[in-house]
Amino acid sequence: MYRLRRFATRHARAYEVVYNASSPLILRLLRGLNKVFGTRLDTPITWLEAKAKGALFDCQMCGNCVLSSTGMTCPMNCPKTIRNGPCGGVRANGNCEVKPDMKCVWVEAWSGSQRMKHSQEIELVQFAPNHQHKGSSAWIRLSKENAQAKLKSSSSSEAQQ
Amino acid sequence: MNAELDQYPPVDNPGSPLPELEVEGHRSEGRFEHVLRAGHFAVTSEIAPPDSADAEQVYERARLFDGVCDAINATDGSGANCHMSSVAVCALLSHVGYSPILQISCRDKNRIAIQGDVLGAAAMGVCNVLALSGDDVSAGDHPEAKPVFDLDSVSLLTTIKTMRDESRFLSGRKLDKAPRVFAGSTINPFVPPVESRVRQLHKKINAGAEFIQTQYCFDMPVMREMMQRAVDMGLTEKAYILAGVGTLASAKTARWLRSNVPGVHIPDEIIARLEGAKNQKAEGQKICVELMQQCKEIEGISGVHVMAYRQEQFVAQMVEESGVLDGRRAWAPSDL
Repeated sequence: MYRLRRFATRHARAYEVVYNASSPLILRLLRGLNKVFGTRLDTPITWLEAKAKGALFDCQMCGNCVLSSTGMTCPMNCPKTIRNGPCGGVRANGNCEVKPDMKCVWVEAWSGSQRMKHSQEIELVQFAPNHQHKGSSAWIRLSKENAQAKLKSSSSSEAQQ
Repeated sequence: MNAELDQYPPVDNPGSPLPELEVEGHRSEGRFEHVLRAGHFAVTSEIAPPDSADAEQVYERARLFDGVCDAINATDGSGANCHMSSVAVCALLSHVGYSPILQISCRDKNRIAIQGDVLGAAAMGVCNVLALSGDDVSAGDHPEAKPVFDLDSVSLLTTIKTMRDESRFLSGRKLDKAPRVFAGSTINPFVPPVESRVRQLHKKINAGAEFIQTQYCFDMPVMREMMQRAVDMGLTEKAYILAGVGTLASAKTARWLRSNVPGVHIPDEIIARLEGAKNQKAEGQKICVELMQQCKEIEGISGVHVMAYRQEQFVAQMVEESGVLDGRRAWAPSDL
C-alpha cells in the first residue's frame, strides 16, 4: 500500500489530529476490554492493528511504534530500518539508495513532520527498537503501560495524602 | 592557533598517548582529539583494509600518510565488500603508534558484537570511533548476506556514550573500566533539503558525536550554506567538522561515482573541468588541493578528511601543496 503510505505523509497534519484524538480512546477501550476479557482478545486485537496500520502505513509490526515522531512515516520501511535517518546514501532525487524506485522513507518523514504541529518530535533520538516486541501489538503494550503508570501515580498520590 | 601541542616531544613508547592539554573535556587520550582541541586544522585520511592476512600490507598503506595525517580511518567493510576487519587494522596501527579511527558499521553486527568490539578496541589502544549506518549488503560482493542493522548510527553513538560516560553496557551491567573513546559520525550535506541536514547534524551531536566527517564535498556553495546554518545554531562549538574531500582520477570515474556510489554529488562544472584538462588525473588532484584550501576558509570547519581510494600515494603531496597544515608535521611513528 505504497500509495496510501505516501498519502499519510502528505496529510500528516490531518493524521496527527486523528491520531491525537483517537489514541486515548483506543487505549481506554483496550483497557476496558482487558478488564472484561483478560488477554483472550489479544490475538484478534493484534490482527486488527496489523491490518489497519499495515494498510495505512505499511506497518511492519515492530511493536515499538514511533509514527507520531516520524512524520507519520513508518521507519521500518527503510531497508536499513534506520530510526534516526536518513543515512548518507539518499539519491539526489530524494529516493532510496537500496530501492531506487522508492522515495527515501526519511526524506518523507522530514517533509511529513514539517506539516505536523509537533514537528520538533522528529529531532528526538529514537533508540533502536526492542526486538522482543516484534510482531506484538504496540496498542496493547501502551494500554498496559498507561494502566500501570496510572496505578503508580494514584498510589503515590494516595501515599502523599 | 595553539602552539602548545608542538612543544611536546614525540613519545618514547610507540602507542602511548600524548599528555593531555590544559583543555576541558578530553574524552580520550588520543592524538587526534588533541590536535582538534588544540585548535589545529586537522587532516585525516583512510585506508582500505587489505584482502589479506598480512599485517605488513596495513603498515605499507599507513606509511603513505606519514607526516600529513593526524588520524587514519580504518573502513569497516566499505561498500559492503569484505576486507580485513577494522578492529584488527586499528589494533595493528595503534600498536606502532598511529592514531586510527575505528569505523563501526551497523550492517554486520548487532549490539552485543558492537559493544564487545568497542571494549576490545579500546583495550588495544584505539581512541577514536566513527559510527556509521553502513552501505546495504546489496551494494557489495556478498549481496546474499543477511543485513543486520540492529542499531543505526545515532543509536550506536548513544551506545558508545553510555559505555564511556556511565561505564555500563546497554543492559545496565557495569564495566570495570569504561572505554575512553572520542566518538564521531558522518553527515552527507548534499541530501535535500539542507534544513533537514542541519537538524540531522544536531541530532547526531545530541546523541554524542563530537567530530563529524562529511561525505565528499565537491559542491562548495551547498557546503557553505550548511556550515553557515551549523555555525548559527552553535553546532560547531559542540563538534569538530571535518569536510570530506576527494580526488577524481578522470571525468569517467567522476561520472561513475556519481551514478553508482549512493550519496555522492558531483556538480557538472567539476566534470566539465576534468574533461577539458589534458592530464585528467593531475587536474583531479589540483581540484582536490583547491577544495582543501576552500574548506579551510569556511567558518566552522576544523579539518579535512581526504578520501583517495587507489590514489593514496598522492595524498601527502596534495596535503603539502595545499598548505592546510600551516607547516605543521603530523606526528607519525617514523618520527621516532
